[in-house]
Amino acid sequence: MSVITYRDALNQALREEMQRDDRVFLMGEEVAVYQGAYKVSKGLLQEFGEMRVVDTPITELGFAGVGVGAAMVGLRPVIEFMTWNFALLAIDQVVNAAAKMLYMSGGQYPMPMVFRGPNGAALQLAAQHSQAWESWLAHIPGLKVITPATPYDAKGMLKAAIRDDNPVVVLEGEMLYNTKGEVPDGDYIVPIGKAEVKREGEHCTLVAHGKTVLMALQVADALEKEGIRVEVVDLRTIRPMDVETIAASVRKTNRAVVLEEGWEVCGVGAQVVDYVQRHCFDHLDAPILRVHQEDVPMPYAKNLERTAKPDVAKTIAAIRQVMYLPTA
Amino acid sequence: MCLGHGVPLRRPTLSAMAKKKTPPRSEPSFGETDAPTRASLLHSMLLQRRFEERCAEAYALGRIGGFCHLYIGQEACGTGAISLLRDDDYVITTYRDHGQALARGLTPRAVMSELFGRSDGCSRGKGGSMHLFDRNTNFLGGHGIVGGHVPIATGVGFAIKYRGTDQVILCFMGESVVNTGAFHEALNMAALWKLPVVYIIENNRYGMGTALERASAIHDIYQRGAAYDMPRAQVDGQDVLMVRAAVAEAIHRARTQSIPTLLEVRTYRFMGHSMSDAVSGTYRTKQELEEYMKRDPIHVLRAHMEERGEIDDAGMTALDEEIKAVVQDAWDFAEASPEPALESLWEDVMVETTT
Amino acid sequence: MATKVFMEALSPTMEEGRLVKWLKNEGDAVKSGDILAEVETDKAIMELVARGDGILRRRLTGDGDTSPVGSIIGVIAAADENIDALIAEASGGGGASTAAPATAAAPATAAAPATAATPATAATPAAAATPASQPPVPRPPSPVPAAAAAAAADLRSSPLARRIAAERGVELGAIQGSGPGGRIIKRDVEAAASQPPVSRLPSSVSPTAASAADYQDLPLSQIRKTIARRLAESIGPIPTFYLTAELDMERVAEMRSAMAELGDGFKVSFNDIIIKAVASALAQHPECNAHWQGDSIRQWHRVHIGMAVAIDDGLITPVIFDADRKGLRQLAAESRDLAKRARDRKLTPNEYTGSTFSISNLGMFGIDQFTAIINPPEAGILAVGSIEAKPVVIEGAVAVRRRLRVTLSCDHRVIDGAAGARFLQTLRRLIENPLLLVY
Repeated sequence: MSVITYRDALNQALREEMQRDDRVFLMGEEVAVYQGAYKVSKGLLQEFGEMRVVDTPITELGFAGVGVGAAMVGLRPVIEFMTWNFALLAIDQVVNAAAKMLYMSGGQYPMPMVFRGPNGAALQLAAQHSQAWESWLAHIPGLKVITPATPYDAKGMLKAAIRDDNPVVVLEGEMLYNTKGEVPDGDYIVPIGKAEVKREGEHCTLVAHGKTVLMALQVADALEKEGIRVEVVDLRTIRPMDVETIAASVRKTNRAVVLEEGWEVCGVGAQVVDYVQRHCFDHLDAPILRVHQEDVPMPYAKNLERTAKPDVAKTIAAIRQVMYLPTA
Repeated sequence: MCLGHGVPLRRPTLSAMAKKKTPPRSEPSFGETDAPTRASLLHSMLLQRRFEERCAEAYALGRIGGFCHLYIGQEACGTGAISLLRDDDYVITTYRDHGQALARGLTPRAVMSELFGRSDGCSRGKGGSMHLFDRNTNFLGGHGIVGGHVPIATGVGFAIKYRGTDQVILCFMGESVVNTGAFHEALNMAALWKLPVVYIIENNRYGMGTALERASAIHDIYQRGAAYDMPRAQVDGQDVLMVRAAVAEAIHRARTQSIPTLLEVRTYRFMGHSMSDAVSGTYRTKQELEEYMKRDPIHVLRAHMEERGEIDDAGMTALDEEIKAVVQDAWDFAEASPEPALESLWEDVMVETTT
Repeated sequence: MATKVFMEALSPTMEEGRLVKWLKNEGDAVKSGDILAEVETDKAIMELVARGDGILRRRLTGDGDTSPVGSIIGVIAAADENIDALIAEASGGGGASTAAPATAAAPATAAAPATAATPATAATPAAAATPASQPPVPRPPSPVPAAAAAAAADLRSSPLARRIAAERGVELGAIQGSGPGGRIIKRDVEAAASQPPVSRLPSSVSPTAASAADYQDLPLSQIRKTIARRLAESIGPIPTFYLTAELDMERVAEMRSAMAELGDGFKVSFNDIIIKAVASALAQHPECNAHWQGDSIRQWHRVHIGMAVAIDDGLITPVIFDADRKGLRQLAAESRDLAKRARDRKLTPNEYTGSTFSISNLGMFGIDQFTAIINPPEAGILAVGSIEAKPVVIEGAVAVRRRLRVTLSCDHRVIDGAAGARFLQTLRRLIENPLLLVY
């Protein structure tokens, strides 16, 4: 066990998987010589060479397609998008090719590949560099979509993604790369498709994913002081979502708040709410509330950005509301 | 070989993917064909022609639904190019894929069944006209997004180089593709990294209803390759032997030097863009069509063969009868093939992962 | 457009309502929200409001009539509108064709579609069900007449609260919700479930249920309600006052001696005679032979006297049923038997419950007079002191007479001062003229 950063956890996963399987290679902008725009691929070029750690021109659509072609003929590409905002340019390859190839070909061409990169907002990166993409991608049958929130989950789930014979979208976060946590040395897998209760509680369920998990734990800490015990459910995987873990929690607590960094309309939270109302209807003592980004493109000014983002205070207010407590 | 950063290439250990090398077919020296090859070319093109004609009929009768893009008039492009390939080479193409699929070796039964949406289709009824796939012949589809498959071709080239084998991939596309971003990105990387891809533009002059001159700033579109310093050429696409010669050279370059080539094969489609499109009278005149039909590629090859005394009317008729019977058999087979089982709706969305 | 006036379910458990009084006449103009009538439910008198505008064209039931919930009891329509069909429906069908919600659960399910769009989303669980578990199949809403549904739809409650209420047998309609908009939520139901049940009669009521012929229930008038409320506020749960009278016992003593001379079987005690006299007086003063029931007063037509008996560690009150109709010998025998068995602790519950009025006698202990505590829900109790010879003035001259002081404790919610006094007047007459007891 070591305490390492989320970044280093990803680095370890990449290294170990590339050592384990010759077919695995990393491709993207600045992944090789630059050592990775966010240093996730530090040291990999030196170890594996330029055939396996490949710098590309600025061609998201192009190199995503290259990954698809390589996967079609048996390699296992890890395609890095410098941020998922740029992946919009490649969405045709992710959605129309990678996600659908197995199905369209009648089962002949599986897509054992990974698309990964930082997702969502950081600090003052403004409108075009701050979007959360999970609800777009989780909409597509044929993709798996994961959002590890801790270094432990990052390493274990990236390994699982690389070993998965399906196209897996890995949504990381610039704000997560420096966070630290305990990670086992060596090989282990965190399964895709399993949520995790990161904090137990019986008063209210708080569902979160990605960087909002850290926020959720802060919310739980704050409310603990008032004797309110919040159960934090980390989705970890958006598609396929672990409905049973969510439902078991809400059946226990009878109320839920869903936290996400994306926008409201057709966000991941909307799907969680649908699962909860369907599977826990008779256990609900209050409507399910959501906390999310304000319905605006992300502004630049620090104060505006802070207001636009979901935060601990907004989440606490929502929890108090579903518990019918006066807002403190 | 070097990708160009100055860091020498270290060949990866390939224990996980030892692949049997198929013995190379005797490579003709850039365009030479012999009589059996010519006969085989004629057979293939006529098969495609009769097959596509029956498709038009099937579509009109409702056996085929959705989009259906016919290859009639363009047979020489696919046939000439694909006839040069080894079994372990790859083909990837657009949604106008029936002809190339048959040329590559997918059976008429498998293709017709797929068009009819039956379980014996090459894609088990899940793909349809635009998504013919066959792993056995390394036929990588059948893609619906204009230009979407070109980066995929580059990726296959990358994988070939990654493994250190000498396979090649032929990437067919229409001339409208050269205006897309995907084309640009894909060719740039193929040239930059020196990948064994032969990009073949089947320039049938019309991107759906838009003539080339209205869509592209240059008209000799093979010159797009200049932007990537890529070897390039323009070929008469109605003469299968000319196509063969040009593609043979490109394949040789790819296989031995891992350098890509851009070929513009000038051809013409005798039908509309798809079954929903008028044959003529809207964006092209009947006269123009009739003019081009004089250079029917089947007639062009037949003329070559007649010159050499390799075929005559009777032979042609007999061949035609035989092929029509094959196509009829395909139709009957497809008709009798069951619709996919309802459970298959949910199959092949994901692979059950064991690792 | 005509509006049917329904006998509405004004409480969740109501099955029929008694129309106490119409407040609008046929021909009156009414607006939606106007009070049409007072209706007595199973719990209280409620106001029935109009649900439409127009003229109250027809009242189909009269003051005092009882109708089942859901039946049509009136019609509001335009002055010239033809309402024959509605009248026919009302009288022919014998009530609305739709079923009334009979249980607390039904308004809750009717409320669900009215307040939330659950039917639309609930219709989809069949398609693309997640492999994890089967979604619950929604119950179709039970048909409820429009007016009753409107009333029921106001009953907001969370699904969890409804479920807990159903499981614990708690009536949602009796709960005040603390959620937004009055939503009943889990803590409301749990609080209600943990409280002792309200408005249940104490165990002194005979388990063999009294039949309706044995009593009549008087609805509380406004004056009664006000007195009850104000006096209870000033004095405690039962606003009690006390009336004392000193009765002359000479003639009773003579009668008693005379009876004793007839033989052992004719021996009666003073208490027996007092019981008989009290019972007879109560028969003539039913307003004192009554129970307070919270929203009504139950006047009993029969007189069952609870006779307080001291036992080792307390007090028990065996009952002499129909004491006013029994002869003194029978009364005496019963009282003797009950007292003995009371002291031996051999009384069955039937024998010490069901009294309509109680008497407590501490005369044997030399108590001149005392005030007894009323045995709720009884409205009165008579405290009997000792019989003492004392000088009194009779027709201007001092004489020595045996006298008895009795004190009547009255629940002022039921018995006013004058009523109590009148009762005591009658009691005096009977005691001081005991031959009246024979008649």
